[in-house]
Amino acid sequence: MREGLLPKLVGSLKNPYDARAMARFKRTLTRTLPLVGTAVLLSSCGLFEETEQPLTTFDPAGPFAEQIDNLFWPVFWIAVGVFVLVEGAILAAIFLFRDRDDRKEPKQLHGNARLEVIWTVIPALILAVIAVPTVSAVFDLTECDPGAMEIEVIGHQWWFEFNYPEQGVQTANVMVIPAGEEVCAVMTSDDVLHNFWVPALNGKRYLVPGQETFLRLQADEPGEYWGHCAEFCGLSHSLMRARVQAMDAAAFDAWVADQQQPRSFPAEGTPAFEGWGVFQAKGCTQCHTVLYDDEEASVIVPDDAFNGPDLTHFASRDVFAGAILPEEGETREQALKRWLADPPNVKPGSFMPNLALTEQEIDLLIAWLGSDE
Amino acid sequence: MTATAERPSTTIFRRPRSTEGIWSWITTVDHKKIGIMYGYAAFFFFLLGGIEALLLRIHLAQANSEFLTAGAYNALFTMHGTTMIFLFVMPVSAAFINYMLPLLIGARDVAFPRLNALSWWIFVFGGIFLYSTFIFGTSLAPIGVDGVGGIDGNLPPGGGPGGFNFLADSPDGGWFGYQPNAGPLYSSGTALDFWALGLQILGLASLISSVNFIVTVFNMRAVGMRLLRMPVFAWMATVTSFLLLFSLPIIAVALFMVTFDRQFGTLFFLASEGGDPILWQHLFWLFGHPEVYILILPAMGIVSEVLPVFSKKPLFGYSAVVFAGAAIAFLGFGVWAHHMFASGITPVAQAAFGLATMTIAIPTGIKIFNWLGTMWMGKIRLNTPMLFAIGFVAMFTIGGLSGVTHAIVPSDWQQTDTYYIVAHFHYVLFGGAIFGIFAGLYYWFPKLSGRVMDDRLGKVHFWLMMIGFNLTFAPMHWLGLQGMVRRTWKYAPETGLEPWNVAVSIGAFIIALGILVFMYNWWASRRSGELSGLDPWDARTIEWTIPNPTPEYNFAVAPTVARLDHFWHLKYDEDDEGRAVRKPDADEIISELEYNGLNPATPIHLPAPSYFPVLMALGIPIIAYGIIYHEALWGKIAIAVGALISLSALIGWGIEPLEEPHAADEGEHDEVEAELVATAGEEAVMDVDGEEDDE
Repeated sequence: MREGLLPKLVGSLKNPYDARAMARFKRTLTRTLPLVGTAVLLSSCGLFEETEQPLTTFDPAGPFAEQIDNLFWPVFWIAVGVFVLVEGAILAAIFLFRDRDDRKEPKQLHGNARLEVIWTVIPALILAVIAVPTVSAVFDLTECDPGAMEIEVIGHQWWFEFNYPEQGVQTANVMVIPAGEEVCAVMTSDDVLHNFWVPALNGKRYLVPGQETFLRLQADEPGEYWGHCAEFCGLSHSLMRARVQAMDAAAFDAWVADQQQPRSFPAEGTPAFEGWGVFQAKGCTQCHTVLYDDEEASVIVPDDAFNGPDLTHFASRDVFAGAILPEEGETREQALKRWLADPPNVKPGSFMPNLALTEQEIDLLIAWLGSDE
Repeated sequence: MTATAERPSTTIFRRPRSTEGIWSWITTVDHKKIGIMYGYAAFFFFLLGGIEALLLRIHLAQANSEFLTAGAYNALFTMHGTTMIFLFVMPVSAAFINYMLPLLIGARDVAFPRLNALSWWIFVFGGIFLYSTFIFGTSLAPIGVDGVGGIDGNLPPGGGPGGFNFLADSPDGGWFGYQPNAGPLYSSGTALDFWALGLQILGLASLISSVNFIVTVFNMRAVGMRLLRMPVFAWMATVTSFLLLFSLPIIAVALFMVTFDRQFGTLFFLASEGGDPILWQHLFWLFGHPEVYILILPAMGIVSEVLPVFSKKPLFGYSAVVFAGAAIAFLGFGVWAHHMFASGITPVAQAAFGLATMTIAIPTGIKIFNWLGTMWMGKIRLNTPMLFAIGFVAMFTIGGLSGVTHAIVPSDWQQTDTYYIVAHFHYVLFGGAIFGIFAGLYYWFPKLSGRVMDDRLGKVHFWLMMIGFNLTFAPMHWLGLQGMVRRTWKYAPETGLEPWNVAVSIGAFIIALGILVFMYNWWASRRSGELSGLDPWDARTIEWTIPNPTPEYNFAVAPTVARLDHFWHLKYDEDDEGRAVRKPDADEIISELEYNGLNPATPIHLPAPSYFPVLMALGIPIIAYGIIYHEALWGKIAIAVGALISLSALIGWGIEPLEEPHAADEGEHDEVEAELVATAGEEAVMDVDGEEDDE
């Protein structure tokens, strides 16, 4: 007397009472689905498309982020399938098997071994299928190409330092890379854990004090990509951001050549010269390296001392202070004024102290900072 | 003659005798009273954690918000996570297990009632200790390097930009306390010492109760209740207890290392001193991942009780559900590094942990499909407990599916540390655990009050929760994939994240409204809810064979269990088609059960209350305060005083007479007493007639 499984399940729908329930179910479904669909569509158009999302993971700009994206979507659609199946079955059960007076008492089924096997094996097979590309992607994406250009990324509370060992260039907050070729980020941290993340270029990777981690980065086209520290790293974690600027090969070489030059020492009597005086007098040289064409005037902070960003080519960076400034609707000068007046008030806990600078001193410092275009 | 009389009966160590009033609660060893206290305390902490969440949501509703200072924000998310996990979901599960486990397996109490009281008091003192950080703790900005900043020097007065700074001196290292950020160099105040020692104390409480529950399940089951006749909740309580037993020692070691780092300069986690910051993560997640299942399995147990009752069908695939639960727990120990895919562990480790993580989806799927099978072809009554149980299945499924995307390691590199993860684990722990907990509260409310919670208000509560929950956490998936990192005090307006953050914050307040409705419903139903009678839900398991509210002695007659869903089979037969047919005398059986339950034939011996559990627990936070301030003389004194209190309580506990002499004088207990001495189990009264093995 063994009935087939499917007929049994379908059979449960065949008595007239359940058929009525089925009709009710269908009616409700046809009425509500278009409504829900329209609502979702409208809200997604309104909210998703209008605004730009510079940190989105859905807009890969290079092969590594793209490989991840290609892995995400099939899994997402499988998940959607399972979601529809399970949630649909829940709703169907509620509608079809609701307690009504006209319903017979339910059969006391204790289980079904065949079903158990089915819903153990099928998910296992689906997972096995997903597992193959996953494992190969893990190995693909973790090891840098040996010929790739290396850039050292060093995490500090709360800014990223970028060193180009082959070119002998140091910069901060803005990482400049050649478009269309792989860059290998060799990363470590100077203090706590950080996590370097540029969603458009690849997933994220920790910066671990005392260890080296690696991240492959590549942008196919020139452009600016946003980054963020993704691991909680203390008070101003949320203000530790980064930019990656990808340039075509010629522009990149020009940028390197420019960065390799020390800045020219300001002429006496100019505001920039006086600004340099303020810079020295206020002790800024304790943390900030500045390289001049006049070697004697240069200030070099040793690597093992406490470091702030190298300010030699500060003027060439679009953003500063952990890539949080200038904010939207603010000029660079306004942002600099705000920052220099009271750094910990902009970035709580900042190691750049409030030096109680006068407005005049701030103006002079800004003049000096901007004097190396 | 009774053995008790031969014990040294001193007047110093008299057993407390209060049966009502505050002292009866302080000295109680009754699993039900302890369960109720656990429940209310956990709910209190739930409200605290909820208020913390609401403050966070007010703050995040705006880009570049300065409603909270950075310090207060970090403290709030740290305390929200710590509170919800260690002070709400874990103790509320303990409340359920305490109250329900003995009833479900037909016992009169847990195996070690005084130990049970001890773990409750350690928990509550641990919670108070942890929260006393709001008063005593100090959280300082990084010390930095000589000459730069200096202690607290780089924080402007008032803690930086932002309005609300009240809590900025609380633990602010995240509930995960990643090192070295939460270590002595980068968080120099005392707040994180309160955190580390507070968790240590709470862990101790859970460890003690886990042993107690395991012994209870293996020794105190009713006659005929073989392991595979136990209700699924009892099973999940057992599995959870084993998880606690094996995982808590790991976090205990890790927290001791942190405490030693911070107090005595061991620097286990500081790379510059030869330590390893990643070591902390391995230890933390080796505990932390089983912890996830510690939080969810009891709720899965509750749902497995509720679904069959309201579907009028037995649980589909009972043994599959049980074994799937055990499999989840077992696999749960082998997947910890999926929290660390971005930490730079080798590709081999990443691939292995990715695959291991995927396998967990299989037993989880088995559970979900069997729950569906339970509902399918049933006769579904949508009372509030059922709504929450269905809500659990629906929401937990979403959390499970987003969980699978984390097992796709490269995909996780994008998702980890973003709001996508926040969305994922809230679907598991809120849509899962908390919905399950509410299902259990509505379902078993009659057991502690003798009344039923108002169903209409319950439905209002459910729908507010359901809508609020999804409005809060569904958009977080999107936010995370749009690049919103976790623990972010400020996000820039240019990121385009603001609109959905507004929606999320609105959702959070809808949840809060739902909780208010629940609180009112609870309060009103306790006073004047509809009387439940013995069997308000037409239930299946033996906790419903005794009157509501539960008598102090639970079972007037020690039950004998013939099969799974014993109570159901007392009431129902099956016809030729296998359909349920209510026995004609079912109502008589129920009223007979009620009468017998209220009128025990013989006086019932119950474990006597004791002062010593609360005293012993009291010493522990005093020691912890002493450790934090050990450099001061009073700190050293506090350690000594705390140790003295706990040790004297231990001695008192040891020589406490089994019960008051006058009770033995009644003479009717001779048999019981003799048996007690023979088994030498402390207060193991249940075993008296429950020893013989069936079949």
